[in-house]
Amino acid sequence: MKIIVTVKQVPDTTGKVSVKPDGTLDRASMETVTNPDDLNAVEAALQLKDQYGARVITVTMGPMQAESMLRELYAMGVDECVLVSGREFGGSDTYATSQIIAAAIDTIGLDEDDIILAGRQAIDGDTAQVGPQIAEKLHLPQVSYAAEITKEDDGLLIKRMLEDGYMMIKVKTPCLITCVKELNEPRYMSVQGIEDCFDKEIRILSYEDLKDHPLIDKTTIGLQGSPTNIYKSFTPPQKSAGRMLKGNAQETAAELAKCLAEKHLI
Amino acid sequence: MILDKKHELERKLFRQFAETEFTKELQDRLDETGEFDWDMHRKMARYGFMGVRIPRELGGAGGDYLSYALLIEEFARVDAALSIYANTSNSLGGGPLMMAGTQAQKEKYLPQIASGEKIMVFALTEPGAGSDAGGTTTTAIADGDDFILNGRKTFVSGAPMADWCLVFAKTDLAAKGSRGISMFVVDLKLPGVSLGAPEKKMGINGYPTCDVVMEDVRVSKDCLVGPLHRGFSIAMRTLDGGRLGMAAQAVGIAQSCLDESVAYAKERKQFGQPIGNFQGISFMLAEMATEIEAARQLVYHAAELKDAGKDATMACSMAKFYAAETANRCAYKAVQIHGGYGYSKDYKVERLYRDARICSIYEGTSQIQEVVIAGQLLKK
Amino acid sequence: MTFNSMNLDEFHDVWVFAEQRQGELMPAVLELVSEGRKLADELHCELHAVLPGHDVDSLAVTLGGYGADKVLIYDHELLKNYRTETYTEVIAQAVEAFKPEILLFVASNIGRDLAPRCAARLHTGLCADCTHLDVDLGGYIDFLRKESSVDVDNTNFESKMFDVERNLKMTRPAFGGHLMATIVCPRFRPAMATVRPGVMKLREYSSEKAAAVQVEKPAFRLDESDVQTDIIEIVKSTRKQVDLIGADVIVSVGQGIARDVDKGLALAAELADELGGVLGATRAVIDNGWLSADHQVGQTGKTVRPKIYIALGISGAIQHKSGMQDSECIIAVNKAENAPIFEIADYGIVGDLFDVAPKLIEEFRKAKQ
Repeated sequence: MKIIVTVKQVPDTTGKVSVKPDGTLDRASMETVTNPDDLNAVEAALQLKDQYGARVITVTMGPMQAESMLRELYAMGVDECVLVSGREFGGSDTYATSQIIAAAIDTIGLDEDDIILAGRQAIDGDTAQVGPQIAEKLHLPQVSYAAEITKEDDGLLIKRMLEDGYMMIKVKTPCLITCVKELNEPRYMSVQGIEDCFDKEIRILSYEDLKDHPLIDKTTIGLQGSPTNIYKSFTPPQKSAGRMLKGNAQETAAELAKCLAEKHLI
Repeated sequence: MILDKKHELERKLFRQFAETEFTKELQDRLDETGEFDWDMHRKMARYGFMGVRIPRELGGAGGDYLSYALLIEEFARVDAALSIYANTSNSLGGGPLMMAGTQAQKEKYLPQIASGEKIMVFALTEPGAGSDAGGTTTTAIADGDDFILNGRKTFVSGAPMADWCLVFAKTDLAAKGSRGISMFVVDLKLPGVSLGAPEKKMGINGYPTCDVVMEDVRVSKDCLVGPLHRGFSIAMRTLDGGRLGMAAQAVGIAQSCLDESVAYAKERKQFGQPIGNFQGISFMLAEMATEIEAARQLVYHAAELKDAGKDATMACSMAKFYAAETANRCAYKAVQIHGGYGYSKDYKVERLYRDARICSIYEGTSQIQEVVIAGQLLKK
Repeated sequence: MTFNSMNLDEFHDVWVFAEQRQGELMPAVLELVSEGRKLADELHCELHAVLPGHDVDSLAVTLGGYGADKVLIYDHELLKNYRTETYTEVIAQAVEAFKPEILLFVASNIGRDLAPRCAARLHTGLCADCTHLDVDLGGYIDFLRKESSVDVDNTNFESKMFDVERNLKMTRPAFGGHLMATIVCPRFRPAMATVRPGVMKLREYSSEKAAAVQVEKPAFRLDESDVQTDIIEIVKSTRKQVDLIGADVIVSVGQGIARDVDKGLALAAELADELGGVLGATRAVIDNGWLSADHQVGQTGKTVRPKIYIALGISGAIQHKSGMQDSECIIAVNKAENAPIFEIADYGIVGDLFDVAPKLIEEFRKAKQ
């Protein structure tokens, strides 16, 4: 069994984020992290590996700097890391990205009992689109928002979260599952893993390697080919500061109640 | 020293683990109850922390002294007591076996120590033999293929949880001073072994310490570690590594004092502005930061020497001496910067002040470090 | 006639995917229909709702009442419960047959599962989790004037690449709400978007429109061989979900309750009760397991706009602010006077929530008498 996990290195939007005067993100000033939901997917894969034995392969698309993330994934226990990297891929939207990653996964090869895991969504774009679109490109069944994954004889039993409850879904392999935070608690790297991770190979798939793959339509990849384009980007409005109430707890509470009553809010 | 990628990543792991797992609730509970947290011990073991410095073939992670120092520094930065959890196996517990054990002894003990299944502690100090370890009165008398041990060891860190203890005992009663001392692994479940009540300490609560008392404890000669009558030199060499770890711990505590102080100096306002604007406060911060960095570099340098197989005795003592004193000075300043709040248990610096105090005492007081340094200077 | 998503001229009308679960429309579908009506008017075309399901004919009237001109019902036993593969198949067939210009989904767990799959199959672009939609350029510029830092009078809105007057401009937060981006899909049709629940304004229900709604049941192909997954069971959460989106008053808690979580939550709940409101929380509170995920307000939680939003011990990270800053009246209680939450608060109180909240309960109680 192979478990292929799609991962992404993202700017850490939970930390300090600075925006340049032209309304674009000042990426240089930001820390990068492995996308949090993707770590849940990696953990799910490693747990399946611990339990049933499997080869865990992570696939990411990004610049060569993504190597630092892949080293960390090796240190967590991943067996093989694949980096899809090429200038021609830059600026791809979800449609274009899923095409490229689908081609990469197909190049790695999928067998009957293989599983593809993805994080629910990445914190830079929050789209949740690439997972389902990879599944579509590969003609595989998908189950998104998985909060539990149980392996059964010929497939997986998934607890798929909905806003108002959940569904239990059986799906045959090969398939693609997107993982939510509730699924597990990602493990840390191990010291032994770190001792070894810099000696491992990273498999690079370049534009040259993938450009003739049948899943790749050269006219719909990269910034130029992506179906969606950014028309404008801007910083959200900041509401102006209101009134700071002065005094002790009793006085401020009384003052607030008075203000709200005057505005007929209470 | 600029860390290489591997050590930089290890530092990231240690920091991530400590910041996530050593919750404020856990820290407070350990400080209040003084009890050992087995769950945390097992969790640390799972990630290989117990065996950072233990060789790969013996179940460890195969890291070096620098990895070990980073581990202790980063853990101590969040909680000094929890930094000891992963310390003993890599220093005083596992160290003597790595240095002087036979292959059979290494294979018997180290994998279980590295995995966290068993805990090995180190018993050198006696009620009457502290800095003067040569004054050891515990005896081990040969009896056929066995030795019979009698005596009392005190301040044995980790003894209440331990399975095994490395005991230093006089085997040649006629020899003077530090000569004629040998080292034994004693199974703490053996008949004749008893433990004292855990000490009520000023700080480092959550890693209990007690006396180990031996009355006619019979151990086989397989339990002798290193050459007969020559245990004291192993003890001293082990203490080099131990001192390195404790120096790293002091750096971590000092750094935490600085972190807390910087945050407080920015937040706390007096005379209509943050107190960090006042030179009286800001100079203290600058002094702390500079001394901490100097201490840190001494520690890393000592680790580098040990990893290169060079004589590091003086470097380890210098690091331990300077870092411990730095931790104490920083703790003093941190409480001072916090004013009355620093004296209250609501703020972390109150505990840091108590935790820092041991740094210049255990594994060789600052004065003993000076004796070692001076001795090296004058012997040439 | 073959389907080619690049033949832009063949596409017309605005479509809304009418998501239903167990025969009930998701409430946000009606927000989407309301918004779709606006877009259809701007494009001078019709608004259609596409409704896959089984025995769901009765829902058509409601969809009409909120603005749909026509409802396309795809009724089949296999469509009773949502499955990615069967719904994708039906939506793709419908789009290929009728070629809508715009196709909108609610950004629910189902909408966000289905829409990307459809976009990939139909070979078109999709914009996720939109919070604002415009066709009319003037309307878009007005929106920017009010809701952004853009100097609209000195900005060029023309494009050589596409017709800025006709293309759907889809605005959404990115990078955790730190940035807003307006996305277009100029070369392919339909332009697809998922839209965040709770953001679009609901129109007034019109019984006249409801009565006038046309219903069509187009032919389609679907059989067992299209099914790839087994639904073993569907479980509705027994615990009542917190209705943050519909609430007039929300009392939210943040890290500030860490000192005494139980007491902090109890105080917040009492304050919420006093005002007839519900309990919200920041991501940190959810991550710590102090409240269940349905309480979460913010970028990864819900977007709310109650009349009164009380933030207790919330510092005001941008992720949280983006989910609540449109509230009518924001009240913040925080120990740190430089907490960012005060930048958007209408009323700020610097103090410990454990001291202030009991006094608020007391004073609100008095004020109501």
